Amino acid sequence: MTLERLLVLAFLVFSIGLFGVLARRHVIAVLLSLELMFNSVNLAILALAWHHGWLEGVILVLFGIAITVAEVAVGLSLFLLAERVRDTVNVDDLSRLKG
Amino acid sequence: MSDVAFWILAPLLVAGALGVILSRNLYHSAYCLAGVLVTTALFYLALTAPLVAAVQILLYTGGVLTLVVYALVITASSEDAGRWRRPVPAAVLALLVFVVLAGMLRGLDASGDPLGGLDDGAAAGAALFSRYLVPFELLSLLLLGAIFGALAIARREERS
Repeated sequence: MTLERLLVLAFLVFSIGLFGVLARRHVIAVLLSLELMFNSVNLAILALAWHHGWLEGVILVLFGIAITVAEVAVGLSLFLLAERVRDTVNVDDLSRLKG
Repeated sequence: MSDVAFWILAPLLVAGALGVILSRNLYHSAYCLAGVLVTTALFYLALTAPLVAAVQILLYTGGVLTLVVYALVITASSEDAGRWRRPVPAAVLALLVFVVLAGMLRGLDASGDPLGGLDDGAAAGAALFSRYLVPFELLSLLLLGAIFGALAIARREERS
């Protein structure tokens, strides 16, 4: 019962984050929505680990958090570079890599 | 985790998540995300994993939020101009993903009482430095690479 509620909550936050990634225009807004999705995945993993008593879940979440921090550092520096070179903060204007 | 704790924390989490995607001002979005991350840390505490809660607040809330706010400070525009892009397909897709994920719960075996007992972090720490030592060290390499990568990308080109 509680596990299901926790997972539904994590799925809800995941979907909200997905909407933000698809619908926001500012690059940092997209990045923040992405964090929302990462965070809900971690919550789902830990809820399952708690229900089944898996210690591995804790390790997995710890690794996930560290990887997310690395991802944010690189993502933000890419954003700063894009803003400086192309002079825009809008994801629609950053489409030069499209074929 | 008790029902009371769940029904106090869950609305906070959803409200914070909605705040992140709905605010026009990106500082407000970032602060809402901080609220979401701290609320998640409280969930981790309630799920008997205080070590993860501490890491969540230290690394995630502290580190990520500082980086994001710093990037916002040195960015020209912290307002999200204009309306959504493609809001209807995005909403449909998000809803679809939620329905599919929630539908997968029917195959879930959630019977029996939760075991919990992820304990005080001592076991997790011991596992981290024995069985998972190689991934742990690889992770530190990844972080080092991320630092150098971020520096190399964001560095201003000096032209003589």
